[in-house]
Amino acid sequence: MTAPTRVGLLDADDTRLAAHRERHGVPSPLSLDDVRASGLTGRGGAGFPLWRKLEAAAEGPWWRSPVVVANGAEGEPASSKDRALLLRAPHLVLDGLALAAGVVGAHRAIAYVRADAVDAVRAAAEERRRARLPEPAVRVVAASPGFVAGEETAVLAALGGDAPRPADKARRITDRGLGGRPTVVSNVETLAHLAVVGLAGVPSFRARGTDAEPGTLLATVRDHHGRRVVEVDHGVPLAQVLGGDPDRPLLVGGYHGAWLAPAEVADARLSRASLGAYGATPGAGVLLERPAGTCGLAETARVVGYLARASAGQCGPCRFGLPALASGMDALVRGAPPVAVRRARDLAGLVDGRGACRHPDGTARLVRSALRVFAEDVAAHRRGRCLASES
Amino acid sequence: MNDDRPRLHIDWTRCDARGVCLELLPELLGEDPWGYPVARNGPDPVVPPGLDAPARQAVRDCPRLALALRTPRGRP
Repeated sequence: MTAPTRVGLLDADDTRLAAHRERHGVPSPLSLDDVRASGLTGRGGAGFPLWRKLEAAAEGPWWRSPVVVANGAEGEPASSKDRALLLRAPHLVLDGLALAAGVVGAHRAIAYVRADAVDAVRAAAEERRRARLPEPAVRVVAASPGFVAGEETAVLAALGGDAPRPADKARRITDRGLGGRPTVVSNVETLAHLAVVGLAGVPSFRARGTDAEPGTLLATVRDHHGRRVVEVDHGVPLAQVLGGDPDRPLLVGGYHGAWLAPAEVADARLSRASLGAYGATPGAGVLLERPAGTCGLAETARVVGYLARASAGQCGPCRFGLPALASGMDALVRGAPPVAVRRARDLAGLVDGRGACRHPDGTARLVRSALRVFAEDVAAHRRGRCLASES
Repeated sequence: MNDDRPRLHIDWTRCDARGVCLELLPELLGEDPWGYPVARNGPDPVVPPGLDAPARQAVRDCPRLALALRTPRGRP
């Protein structure tokens, strides 16, 4: 059978191995050059080029073979794309994991997935084991809950039996990670795209998206139409994803993302190139419309409170700075003089970059974007009014 | 020129705001409201030539072993 030229990540209606092979065929093994040529970047939020990660892990000594980990923790509460992928196409993810293992020479593979996807992934891994596929058997582990638990060094901590807390980045996990071995932690969607490259080839993968940002991505969309996960090309106009003329502010990326004003949503595309102008990135592919009648400032304050509580509590600037930032946002919601805006902005700048992971950075980004997009709300609240209740 | 200079790295998971580095490297480090070091020139600041000695001392004397000096090719 020949593989189709286009692989839709969520198209399958039968998740079993036989149906998967019938539909997609068998992926061709990939070399590092293939991965580099594809231009595939991470879909977990950071957008790091996959080939660089694989190359770093493949450079280790032969007697310490690497470990590959599929990260399906999806700690971002606003995101459900990884869950959709794991439930609808677990074999795409596991094909990608096997391909990654092949590139780096790994003999150990782990799927670290959110609790509600464990059964589905375990069943798929068991099918592959019984079919004696030429790949490392996949150990499926239920992910620890929590926002920062999906950060790659937190994942390794949890797999090592410790609390899921991020580690200092001084030691690269591609040098020494799990059990001292070079370790690749890759988002499950990234691996699914790698499977697409293996099944349909680099040109087919690059036919979608843009030259600079090839391929498609999964977006979790929540707007006035409802909630859905869709696969879209990089560079697609946001208005097209949302369906209609944007008239509400949009949170792009996730809780570590940035707000865009309606006019900006109308202009922007889902790409780093376009979103950079607004201090945003595609991130984890979350697109959240601020619902009608709600207050963007209050909603942001609620999220910042959540992010403060989600801190692993290891790093002083995050542990103390984020709650202070949350208090600052609450003060703006209650109505505060202009100095409170400066204070919030200063605090965002103070925590940014001062932690073992990007949790404070992402929180700072969210706050800065809210102060920009909801400046009128801040002024209204100062006068004891709320634009949301008046709209 | 700056490419060969070491950078001061703070392991935030270890730093406990003891403040020894703040006393030894005031040119490089300020203090945040909770006593933690703030690198004046952004994270992982380059250590200028005149501050080699106090930087090495700060690394040695940090009670939490939270500091390290990194050069592009690895530790000095």
